[in-house]
Amino acid sequence: MIVLTPFKKSQYPIIAQCINPDVFQEKSKEEIGNLPVWIGNKKRRLVDLFKVEKNSANSTSITINGDVTQVRRIGWGMTQGEIVVNGNVGMHLGKKMSGGKIVVNGNAEGWAGSEMKGGLIEIKGDAGDYLGSPYRGSTVGMRKGKIVVDGNVGSDAAVFMKSGTIRIRGNAGPFIGFRMTGGVIHIEKNAGTRLGACMIGGKIVVSGRLENIMPTFAIERLKGKVKIEPGDKAVGPFYVFLGDLAENGRGKLFVSKEKNPQLSQYERFL
Amino acid sequence: MNLLIKNGFVYDPINEINGEIMDIAIRNDKIVESVPERTSKIIDASGLTVFPGGVDIHTHIAGGEVNTGRLVRPEDHEKDFVRKTAITRSGVGYSIPSTFTTGYRYSRMGYTTVMNPSMACLEAKHTHEELNDIPMLDKATYPLLGDWWLVLENIAKGDLEACARYVAWMLEITKGYAIKIVNPGGLESWGFGRNVHSIDDQVPNFGITPREIMCGLAKVNKMLNLPHTIHLHTNNLGIPGNYATTLETMKCLESIPSDGKPVVHITHLQFSSFAGEDWGSFRSGAGEIAKYINNHDHVTFDMGQIVFTDTTTMTADGPFEYTLYQLSGHKWVNTDIETETSGGIIPFHYKRKNPVNAIQWSIGLELALMTKNPWKVFMTTDHPNAGPFTAYPKILAWLASKKARMATFKRLHKKAQKKSLLPSIDRELSLYDIAIVTRSGQAKALDLKEKGHLGVGADADVAIFNLNPEEVDIANKYKTFRRAFSNAAYTIKAGKVLVKDGEILQQSDGKTIWLDLQTSKEIEISEEIKRKFREYWTVEYENYPVSDHYIKHSSPLTIKADV
Repeated sequence: MIVLTPFKKSQYPIIAQCINPDVFQEKSKEEIGNLPVWIGNKKRRLVDLFKVEKNSANSTSITINGDVTQVRRIGWGMTQGEIVVNGNVGMHLGKKMSGGKIVVNGNAEGWAGSEMKGGLIEIKGDAGDYLGSPYRGSTVGMRKGKIVVDGNVGSDAAVFMKSGTIRIRGNAGPFIGFRMTGGVIHIEKNAGTRLGACMIGGKIVVSGRLENIMPTFAIERLKGKVKIEPGDKAVGPFYVFLGDLAENGRGKLFVSKEKNPQLSQYERFL
Repeated sequence: MNLLIKNGFVYDPINEINGEIMDIAIRNDKIVESVPERTSKIIDASGLTVFPGGVDIHTHIAGGEVNTGRLVRPEDHEKDFVRKTAITRSGVGYSIPSTFTTGYRYSRMGYTTVMNPSMACLEAKHTHEELNDIPMLDKATYPLLGDWWLVLENIAKGDLEACARYVAWMLEITKGYAIKIVNPGGLESWGFGRNVHSIDDQVPNFGITPREIMCGLAKVNKMLNLPHTIHLHTNNLGIPGNYATTLETMKCLESIPSDGKPVVHITHLQFSSFAGEDWGSFRSGAGEIAKYINNHDHVTFDMGQIVFTDTTTMTADGPFEYTLYQLSGHKWVNTDIETETSGGIIPFHYKRKNPVNAIQWSIGLELALMTKNPWKVFMTTDHPNAGPFTAYPKILAWLASKKARMATFKRLHKKAQKKSLLPSIDRELSLYDIAIVTRSGQAKALDLKEKGHLGVGADADVAIFNLNPEEVDIANKYKTFRRAFSNAAYTIKAGKVLVKDGEILQQSDGKTIWLDLQTSKEIEISEEIKRKFREYWTVEYENYPVSDHYIKHSSPLTIKADV
C-alpha cells in the first residue's frame, strides 16, 4: 500500500495525473516520489508536495490522508487497483477511468468520474457539478461503471450518459441527465429542475420531491417498483414519464407519487 | 548573415534537381550562388534530405469561422494543450490550434508558406489580425468573391470589365491574393433557404447560373492577370453522385483561353468525387475525375485527404454544413454573411468503421495516385475539414508507400474495402514527387516565384529532414519516413534557422503577401454603390477597407491588370 500525505493545503491548483495505481505499480518509493506534478505553472516532483510512504511491495492500493481539494486529476484513466482519499478531493477525480475503485471519505469537486468507462467511485460526502459528465462541449458521456454519492450533488450530473449507474443518496441540482441516452440514475431525495432535459434514453428515478417536470415529458403510467440494478429495486409507486419529446426521446422518468402530490394533475391523462 | 547547407541530398523539382548532393548558399534572406565558407555558419546536411520550404495552398488557419470553431470546441482544446517555453508561447488545439501553435506546428514540419483559403470580405480585418499573430510562416488569404452581390450583378449585366474592376478593388482593400469561389450561386440561394443542385440552376433574384459565375470570374481572373487561378469549391460538394457536377464544372471552364496555363484550381477534390445515388450506394468517382484531369491541362487540384480522427469541419458552404448537421446531429453553427457568403461549422469524427468515411479516405488517395502528373496534385487535408494539418506526414507515407496504405486499408470497414480501387494501384510517390506535391507544385500554381525552389534568387526557405535517401527505402520503411517528416531536422525561413530537430529555436514573424493591382485607371466607387453599402452592409464603406497598418509585415505583390 502507498500512503500519500500532503504537507499542507495548497493555495494553488495542483495537477497530479500521476496519482494512479497503474502508474505507481512496480515503482519504488523513490521513483514514485520523482513523478512530475504541476502546481500552478511550476513543475514539481510528487515528493515536494506529499510525504510518500510505501508499506508493501507491488500493491495497487493508494491511500491519501488529508485534504487534497486543490489536487486535480487523481486516478485519471486508471484501469485497476484502489484509491482511498481520507479528506476532500479536487476536480476531475477518476476521469476516463475504466476499472478499479475510488473511495472518497469527504467531498469531491466537479467532474468526478467524468467520461468514465468502468469501475466504481464512492463519495461519502457531497459531489460537485458535472458528476460523471463529459468536459464542456464534448458529447462523450459516462459509458459504464458506477458512481455512488452519499451526500448531495450539484448541477449537470450525468450529461450525455450512455450506460452505467449513478446513485445519489442526497439531493441533486438542476439539469441531471441532460441529453442522456442510456443508463440509470437514482436520486433518493429531491431533484432539481429540468430533470432529464433532452434525454433520448435511459432512466432517472426520483424517490423524493421533484419541483416541476419539463413540459416535453408525457405521462405514461403508474408503476410500483423500478429496477435500478440486478437485485436492487426502488419502491414506489412512481409516475412514469416518457421523453424528451422535443428530441423524439424514449427516456423514462420515474417520480415518486407519494412525495409529489403536485403532479397528481397528470393522472387525468392516464 | 551567411549560411551554408553542405552536402545534403537536394530535391528541387522546379530546377529539376533530383537528389543530387550539393551545397545551398544563403545570404541574408535569399539563396545565392555561393558564400565564403570561412565567414558563414555551416549546417552539415550530409546524409539528410534538403527540400525547399513547404507551401500549403489550402488551410483554414485564420478568420471568423476558424475563431468561431475554436469557441465551439472547448473539448478539442482540453485534450491537446501546449505549455509555454522560454521561446514559444502557450496554446491549445488539436483540430483548430490557436494562432501561435499553428505557426509552431507548421514550422516543425518544414512548412514556411501557407494560404488561408476562405476569408469573408466582411471579416477581412479580423483575418489579418489573426494572420499577424501566426508566427514562423509567410501567409496570404483568398477573399470569397463567388457570391458577392456586385459580382453577381455585373455578371448578370454581362459587364465583365466592371466586374473585374470591383474584384480588383475588393482584392486590394481586403489584402487578398486570389479569387475564392465556394458553391457559386448556392450560398446566395442559401440566404433564402435554398441551394443550387447543378451548374445550370438559377440563382434567385439574379437570373444567372453557377456556370456563368465560374466562367465570368475565370475570365476576370485572366483580365486581372492574377497569379493564381480561380480557387474553386464546387457545387454539390459532399453529396453522393457529385462527381458528375465536378466533371461538368471542369468541362465548362475548358474553353477559357489561358495560353496553356491552368484556369481553375479545384480545392479538396476528394469531397467532390463521390459517385452513387445515396449514402447506401456511395462509391468512388475518382476514376472518372482522374481520367479527365489526365487528359486536360486546365485543372489543378488539392486532395482534401481524410484522416481518421475527430476534427471540426468549417466552410463557407452553409448548405453543406446543414446537410452534415442532419447526418450527425452534432452541435453546429450556420451563418449568412450579408451580401457576400455564408458559413458553417460542425465537429465531425471520421471513422475507419464507417463505410462512407472509409471510402472517402480511399477516394483522396485514388485521386492523387491516379493523376499521372504530380504538378496537378497538391497534398492537403483542407485543414481542419478532413483532418488537422499535423496529419500530413501520415498522408505522405500513404502516398509514398503501398505498404503504409495497405496497413490502414486492412482496418477499414469491409464494405469500403470491397469498393476501393486502392489494392489495384501500385504507384508510390518518390521523394522528388513528394517535393512537388508539398511545395514546388503549390508554389507554381500560386505563381510565387521566390517560393518552392532553391534556385538563386529564391527566398531562403529550406526544410531539411533527417532521412538518408540512399539508405532508407521510403516505400518499405514508411515509419522512418513519417517520423522524419513529422519533425524537421532544420527549418530555415528567410535565412533564419527556426527549428532544429523538431524544437523551435527562435520565433520569427512571417510576411503577409497580398496583391497590389495596377489598373489602367483608378477604380471609382459610385455614389450608388456607397448607398448600397449603407443599406445592405453592417460595415460602412469608409470603414470597410483593411488599411495598411493592419498588416504587421506587409509584402505587396504588384500586378499590372488589363482593365
